[in-house]
Amino acid sequence: MAELSAKVAVKLDQINKRFGDVWANRDISLTIPAGSIHGVIGENGAGKSTLMSILFGFYEADSGTIEINESLVKIKNSDDAISHGIGMVHQHFMLVETLTVLENIVLGAETSWRLRDTKKVARKKLEALTDQYGLAVPLDTPVGDLPVGLQQRVEILKALYRDAEILILDEPTGVLTPQEADQLFAILDNLRRQGKTVILITHKLREIMAITDQVSVMRRGQMVAHRKTAETNSAELAELMVGRPVLLDVDKTPALAADIVLTVENLGLKDERGVDLLSDISFGLRSGEILGIAGVSGNGQSELLEVLAGMRSGTAGTVSLNTTAAKQSFAATSLPNPKKMRLYGVSHVPEDRLGEGLIKQFSMQESAVLGYSWEGSLSKPSYMSPKKLQIRTEELIENFDVRPPNPKLKTANMSGGNQQKLILAREQYELPEIFLVGQPTRGVDIGAIENIYKALIEARDKGAAILLVSVELDEIMTLSDRIMVMNQGSVVGVVDAASVESGDIGLMMAGVQRREGAV
Amino acid sequence: MSAKLKNTELPWWMSVVLVPLTQLVLALFVSSLVVLMVGEDPIKALKVLITGAVGTNEGLSYTLYYTTNLIFTGLAVAIAFHAGLFNIGGEGQAYLGGLGVALVCLSFDSVLPLPILFILVILSSALFGALWAFLPGFLQAQRGAHVVVTTIMFNYIAAALMNYLIVYKIGSGQASNETRYFAEDAVMPKFYQLFDGFENSLFNPTIFLALFSAFAVWYLLWRTRLGYAIRVVGFNQKAATYAGIPVKRIVVITMMISGALAGLMAVNEVYSAQNRLILSFTGGIGFIGIAVALMGRNHPLGIIFAAFLFGALLQGGTELQFEMQNLSRELILVIQGLVIFFTAALDQLLRGPLERWYSYRVMLQNNKLMAEA
Repeated sequence: MAELSAKVAVKLDQINKRFGDVWANRDISLTIPAGSIHGVIGENGAGKSTLMSILFGFYEADSGTIEINESLVKIKNSDDAISHGIGMVHQHFMLVETLTVLENIVLGAETSWRLRDTKKVARKKLEALTDQYGLAVPLDTPVGDLPVGLQQRVEILKALYRDAEILILDEPTGVLTPQEADQLFAILDNLRRQGKTVILITHKLREIMAITDQVSVMRRGQMVAHRKTAETNSAELAELMVGRPVLLDVDKTPALAADIVLTVENLGLKDERGVDLLSDISFGLRSGEILGIAGVSGNGQSELLEVLAGMRSGTAGTVSLNTTAAKQSFAATSLPNPKKMRLYGVSHVPEDRLGEGLIKQFSMQESAVLGYSWEGSLSKPSYMSPKKLQIRTEELIENFDVRPPNPKLKTANMSGGNQQKLILAREQYELPEIFLVGQPTRGVDIGAIENIYKALIEARDKGAAILLVSVELDEIMTLSDRIMVMNQGSVVGVVDAASVESGDIGLMMAGVQRREGAV
Repeated sequence: MSAKLKNTELPWWMSVVLVPLTQLVLALFVSSLVVLMVGEDPIKALKVLITGAVGTNEGLSYTLYYTTNLIFTGLAVAIAFHAGLFNIGGEGQAYLGGLGVALVCLSFDSVLPLPILFILVILSSALFGALWAFLPGFLQAQRGAHVVVTTIMFNYIAAALMNYLIVYKIGSGQASNETRYFAEDAVMPKFYQLFDGFENSLFNPTIFLALFSAFAVWYLLWRTRLGYAIRVVGFNQKAATYAGIPVKRIVVITMMISGALAGLMAVNEVYSAQNRLILSFTGGIGFIGIAVALMGRNHPLGIIFAAFLFGALLQGGTELQFEMQNLSRELILVIQGLVIFFTAALDQLLRGPLERWYSYRVMLQNNKLMAEA
């Protein structure tokens, strides 16, 4: 794929890496010519970071070979990687904030037992480096006092100081302002001109188009395409990232949408640093419909679910409920807590099954009442009867065909699919009026997926208003009646699921095109 | 088949009986080497230790008296642990519990009959212990100030406060280091006063309160809504938030329950055994409670057994000091330290390899079954 004349800097061949049952990387082959910027793009969890961790020696591949500069190498740890001229700038910086820039850079690469000697040598070398690459950084300032963009430069300098010829950047712009990102691109361009090889890992299409020479697309642990950047476009890459819709056969009649039960108006959410995670989100959700939220993960979908479930407060806007138990408007800054939300008829399947939805260490029957333990039919304050939990769990097992049907089994020992079925069963033991569903089929096998789809559509047909968040575009396309596309915390548009092409959605997900209010 | 070998959990008898017993044997073995080093006969020392702790009626009584104290402080550590909190302040909370006992007794011991006083003493000691744990819990919940740090500091504050109160305010006479004795017919009688056949010792019926507390802690944790919430918070705060459990409130409540349990130790020590409030009466029992909880794997039943073991060590150690002059008090502490070291700190030393061995055996067995099928 590379030009015949160009040297190959990195060649990965048939890399495999498994964590338990999950293939993080499967048969990955990748060739990167020297002196180029190579993008690796894919959604969160596609396996990009694992692949780069293998290249940098954090993990060892189960099988496969790595060639650096056309000779076969073994990389067992990051020292090996550095000695082969590989440097890595991590997404979360590995810097000691109280030490100065100079001290951070020499840390672990001291040339003498005396710090003064080390610093003297380092200062000379660094001054040459900063001149050469235009990476001006105040060497004697504590790193903690620098803005994020400069901290990142320190990380790049750190790699260059260790004589890196191949530089891996993991989601480098995640923490940067657009201006800082542009500066970074200028630096990368400079590095390329000086003959360095840069590997850029990202899920942002704009960056790929702006700076790279080639791009490789990963999806679900596999390499799905290699392209020259000049010969592709955002739309094609977006579609490659999320995959063509493979429609699972689901019987679905048109929605009989009725009253609006959830109204979100101008919802905003800022993090502690004042960065917008959600801005100006407005939409209505009707009972009897599935509103799918499409978007590359990390664009605010998770935060939206958390706010609506009452797990965290927003910073602006209102959320109005129109359910049997609550016809009320709430300021986003003071939403009811998750317990009250459930009483108001809002159920929630969290995105992170084991991180939030279940307690690994609990027995199945204890996990089966998480969020409902105070229900009168399950317990009194003074007595929580294991028998009642067991009976409830047996019902849930029956409803959703959870296997193995043993309420005493430890939650951690259930398969991912069955854990998910248990959560779904729990959250719709009584039909929810508003049903927030996050990543219902993540890590779930095909058989269970079909059951889960059927259950969601059945709930819809019984009148539940379902808000579905998924990174699987085909899942959104299959299940939704309407699709709301999010990008960078904002709504790009709402479209009718029946009359939209996945390519259009892909474009909207990339923030490329706005189609306002098609429905 | 999964490629990664997960460690199978040990059967309960291995986890609860085999592992601790082996740890104990290891600790005693290393202790023997220490005894050998100072030129004494380790076999004899071991005999004295065991006989002193459980071999005589008197020794056993004292062992059980220490056990009573240790059950309270062990439970205090354990319940906090179930909420993911490491309460090192049992010492200070128990000390304040003593103040609660003393204030009630000094005020009412000549007025109220024993049963009512007993109930008041229980409530008061628990309340004082709980209040002393409230602030660290509150600071943890609201400000994120780690309870490990704050409870240690509160131990020092408790020591200074009690020093002042006993010496200047409630002590008997000028600059005394204890209060007056409580009225004889107001305090809990000891077993030797109640029944024939008990040797003269501080062992008293408060042990039933300790055993009841152990049961209550078990019931609370595994049979009530609050206990369920405590365990959810302890395992996974994010999941607790998801479930709508008020994490901060649970943290504060759990710390207060923990403090109350530590405070109850004063019912045994101050009200029933010493019959007066003595300066520094806790004598490290709060700290040994940490080892008791660790060895008892934070389960009330395990704690009862662990408390008995450490009680036996305390009593046997005292006996050793009398019998073998070369073994000074410091050496006894070394031996106790070794037991804590092996049972608590080096838990994984034994458990890890055992788990691997057991997983391997289970895997072999499974493979064999599959081959047969």
